Amino acid sequence: MTTASPDAPVDILGPDHRSLLRLATAGSVDDGKSTLIGRLLYDSKQTFIDQMEAIERTSRTRGEDAVNLAYLTDGLRSEREQGITIDVAYRYFATPRRKFILADTPGHVQYTRNMVTGASTADAALLLVDARKGVVEQTRRHAYLSNLLGIRHFVLCVNKMDLVDWDRATFDRIAEELTRFASRMGVTDVRAIPISAKLGDWVVEPSSRMSWYAGPPLLELLETLEASEPPQHHAARLPVQYVIRPLRDEYHDYRGYAGTIASGVLRVGDRVAVMPSATESTVVAIETYEQQLHEATPPMAVTVRLADDLDVRRGSMIVSAEHPPVAASTIDAHVCWMNERAPLRERDRLVIKHAAQTTRALVEEVGARLDVNSLDYDLTASQLSLNDIGRVRLRLMAPLSIDPYAESRETGAFILIDEATSATVGAGMITSGE
Amino acid sequence: MTTAATRPASLDTLSWLEAEAIHIIREVAAECERPCLLFSGGKDSIVMLRLAEKAFWPARIPFPVMHVDTGHNFPEAIDFRDRRAAELGVDLIVASVQDSIDRGRVVEEVGPRASRNRLQTVTLLDAIAEHHFDALFGGARRDEEKARAKERIFSFRDAFGQWDPSNQRPELWNLYNGRLNRGEHIRAFPLSNWTELDVWQYIKREDLEIPSIYFAHQRDMFERDRMLFPVSEFVPRLPGEEPFPARVRFRTVGDMTCTAGVLSEAETLEQVVSEIAATRITERGETRADDRFSEAAMEDRKREGYF
Repeated sequence: MTTASPDAPVDILGPDHRSLLRLATAGSVDDGKSTLIGRLLYDSKQTFIDQMEAIERTSRTRGEDAVNLAYLTDGLRSEREQGITIDVAYRYFATPRRKFILADTPGHVQYTRNMVTGASTADAALLLVDARKGVVEQTRRHAYLSNLLGIRHFVLCVNKMDLVDWDRATFDRIAEELTRFASRMGVTDVRAIPISAKLGDWVVEPSSRMSWYAGPPLLELLETLEASEPPQHHAARLPVQYVIRPLRDEYHDYRGYAGTIASGVLRVGDRVAVMPSATESTVVAIETYEQQLHEATPPMAVTVRLADDLDVRRGSMIVSAEHPPVAASTIDAHVCWMNERAPLRERDRLVIKHAAQTTRALVEEVGARLDVNSLDYDLTASQLSLNDIGRVRLRLMAPLSIDPYAESRETGAFILIDEATSATVGAGMITSGE
Repeated sequence: MTTAATRPASLDTLSWLEAEAIHIIREVAAECERPCLLFSGGKDSIVMLRLAEKAFWPARIPFPVMHVDTGHNFPEAIDFRDRRAAELGVDLIVASVQDSIDRGRVVEEVGPRASRNRLQTVTLLDAIAEHHFDALFGGARRDEEKARAKERIFSFRDAFGQWDPSNQRPELWNLYNGRLNRGEHIRAFPLSNWTELDVWQYIKREDLEIPSIYFAHQRDMFERDRMLFPVSEFVPRLPGEEPFPARVRFRTVGDMTCTAGVLSEAETLEQVVSEIAATRITERGETRADDRFSEAAMEDRKREGYF
């Protein structure tokens, strides 16, 4: 990978090889999250003059002495009125080394579904702790859910160090507690940083007040965090989204299967199976608008042609013939229930969307409900209410080609849809199926 | 083991954004019965059209494009719109605000600050009903504005065309829910995760043609509210608003009544991108009078069914 040197300005006119890191953060009003994000945007020079003028005005109107950077992330009117963050907001910033998408989510228990939403697409979790309070329930919940959603990289910001006299022992204790908690879940990559978002210490610039911390500052750490892993570790999966048939003379017999590579590497000449029937064929072409490819990796959007004329349609999955997924008619999964209108009960019928396939599911069993505060499972539960997470067994009308979520987000995740309202009411992470 | 959301190091940000957008466009085309792409001739919709072309190649784009024409557009943008649609062989639907006025569906604002911006919503919703569209592609980006920062990629609209920010469908992974009941529709935003600079870099990388008003040119302008507006028959000038010639370019393509220009010498795409990268003022803050009225201007218009 080409990375620009940190000092050199990016040649924005030439090819831009900067990679993208997707972060998720969660927190409530008073833990300094908005100030931290405001500080990252401000110190990385992502704020614009008119935005700064607007927040200076707001700070003055609300009688504050200094410009409050938290207003940079101010949200919708209803949120300002209630003084809380309700929904996920997406923030964008870039440095000469990397571009970032930050999913900024509320931390309250009643917004667990928003935290789950933000974490579903993130590579790394930014965990924020108030140095005076240490690791609290919300921190553990955020860490637990991040791990459940497949995030393997945690960045712990111990904030408000100015309010504990920049005390190293306080920081060490908090860092150690969270690292221990994370390692119990199997997360080994935890980086802890002592910061003051309000004053800027160790956010973008080093801090002389905490010279006992060897660095790097938060932004540099985010720039260099290696969150991507080679795709070769998993077998090829291509959910077919759309069948392309040009119906033009020059492409008379053309049938292309368009989709996004979900995992693995797909190569021309590969022996593949088309799920769920598992009929086999060979890849003869992998195409994009620009070029014929020899191979494709996630998350490239491509069109594939096969040697044989098979029944391939939206919802089919082109997979490695050597390592096919399970064509499951029953699945076990962690489900986060997101419906405020009704709980999830045994015998409920729902629409399920997995990769490019949609079918129906019957809730056979609600096996356990997670207490997101104690992080214990209640095995006596028989239903899930709004924001509950539980272990659920679903019976499917048509088989789905699944992998465990821990191995592949793309072929291990699904959403549940209410047939009457068409609303998205649940999100699931598959543990197994048959 | 790998989590599939991780990206191989070889895929740069623009390629990643392009792949994500193509994925979204294909999902809409597969799940919705009558999608349509909003095309104004502006830079974001030009990128959208290229992405749609790529998503279905070698087949043609399987849906029409539509422009809500206020009648107050830059003629350069209209010429470009017609030419580009013809080149691609797509159906171009023009929904006219003037027609809505003539049919008495809306009442035109009067006075020197009159704008047809708000009237567009009625024309748009009427056109959606007339053509039975169940999905509209838009080029909106989350970095544009704070209401958009929270909007879904598949953004649900009720039977009145309204957006309810406090009741959005959860949207996880790349699993988009396109199911609708009668009369409802989806606004789909494949460029949600792009920034303004990404759009320009992509235009450069793809060597896309854009309307001439994006480049520095000589034009008669006048000053209002510390912004420079183009002199046109659509905007009566107030006393003291004397026109003067200036070299300007436009950062967005909107109505001539509410789109301000910036002083510029940037005549090539390279120079435009350099200026954008160096700019310290947001796109909407600098050049869109329609967003400056209140802190929640966009949020309110979106609730009503605006783009």
